[in-house]
Amino acid sequence: MLNADLPGWRVSLPVFDGPLDLLLYLIKKEEMNIYDIEVGKITQQYLLHLDMITQTDLEMAGDFLVVAATLLYIKSRTLLPEDQQLPEEESEEGEDPRWELIRQLVEYKKFKDASFELQLREGRREKIYYRETEQQRPTIIPTGLGEVGVFDLVKAFQRILDRAREKEGFREIYEERYTVNDKIQYILDRLDKEETVLFTALFNDVCSRPEIVVTFLALLELVRLKQIKARQSDAFSEIEIYRGPTPTLV
Amino acid sequence: MDSLKIIEAILFAANRPLSEEEIAALLIRGGETAGLLFELESLSAEVIRQMMLEYTKRLEETSLQLVSVAGGYRLATREEFAPWISAMFDEAKPPRLSSPALETLAVIAYRQPISRAEIEAVRGVAVGGVLETLVDRAVIRVAGRADVPGRPLIYETTPFFLEHFGLRDLNDLPNVEELKRVKLPDPPILENPQQPELLHESSGHTQEN
Repeated sequence: MLNADLPGWRVSLPVFDGPLDLLLYLIKKEEMNIYDIEVGKITQQYLLHLDMITQTDLEMAGDFLVVAATLLYIKSRTLLPEDQQLPEEESEEGEDPRWELIRQLVEYKKFKDASFELQLREGRREKIYYRETEQQRPTIIPTGLGEVGVFDLVKAFQRILDRAREKEGFREIYEERYTVNDKIQYILDRLDKEETVLFTALFNDVCSRPEIVVTFLALLELVRLKQIKARQSDAFSEIEIYRGPTPTLV
Repeated sequence: MDSLKIIEAILFAANRPLSEEEIAALLIRGGETAGLLFELESLSAEVIRQMMLEYTKRLEETSLQLVSVAGGYRLATREEFAPWISAMFDEAKPPRLSSPALETLAVIAYRQPISRAEIEAVRGVAVGGVLETLVDRAVIRVAGRADVPGRPLIYETTPFFLEHFGLRDLNDLPNVEELKRVKLPDPPILENPQQPELLHESSGHTQEN
């Protein structure tokens, strides 16, 4: 048994990836059936480990405490004679109080097992080598036009801003009124006239930073509403904006 | 000319997985230049698959293998030659993913796109830092925001994830049928507003699909 009074007594524990991981470990160590956990025994063991975890890893301690509370709650319920147990909210009459936790454990275990399998694959993948060709020539493999993600847009936007910064010099300050709505209308109008518009073209006659920002926000909003899409034919070409396949106007 | 030899040459020179469609397109385009007619109709994905199967047989005598990864085919060395090849490289490999990272990644892989709260409900532990690592390692990326209160960020795996684990596609994941279906615990309704999550950009490996 553990003697906590012994000065400098230290124990090396397996590292647990979280409270559920610790529970699984204890269940296995005590050779219990996961579907029939002995709550009293497990709780006792768990609290023992909890003590050490809260001392060493404060960051995770909170998560471990949550499960400790759940365990104690379940234990307290099972201690009461059945006719004195408070009916639990949402729970079916007579449902095993352990069930919720068991279900969570079982699901967690499935993902944990899958992660082991992934680890094996990673190891196998590491042992095979592809030819490390530097791509000296630009590929023109017909990949089709690729859709552009939000980060590509953000990157392109950054370039527009940088360009605007270069242009910025001394100028008169005047009130600027641009709303996202105006810009949404502007972008939609342009797409009515042209099938596709280059991303940069949207900013051509825009010179102030607030206007650039508002235009970009309008663009993002339209993408979010699935009114427009952005695509790029290859890694270095310009981003094009076009109407999504099913334009339903709000 | 033997089409399998043409394909072999293409795969040898390629620096990424090529799909059946890409291989078919290359056969046709190259054929035009070489004055060799390939017809699109005769190069269905199924036909290419058959050719690849045949090509795999040809490779039996060699130290190479054809792998099916990230939606396409690639030539690779066989596992047993790893010691000799690794001796050639001064490999400073990035450290393997830690087990919390792998667990988190597994949850994302099977249930993407998924929010942080949902992942935490499965794992029973906070995953903020782990998510950041996974984004940095370019195996996951932000897929957008969920249409639920708080509009949390949702995450998905990248094509590089498939390459890193040598998976053909997401259906190639171990035990995929069951883990796609398993009911996940509900994440807690935002009791405490979470700290704003940072939108981070995945470094390198941006994908062009």
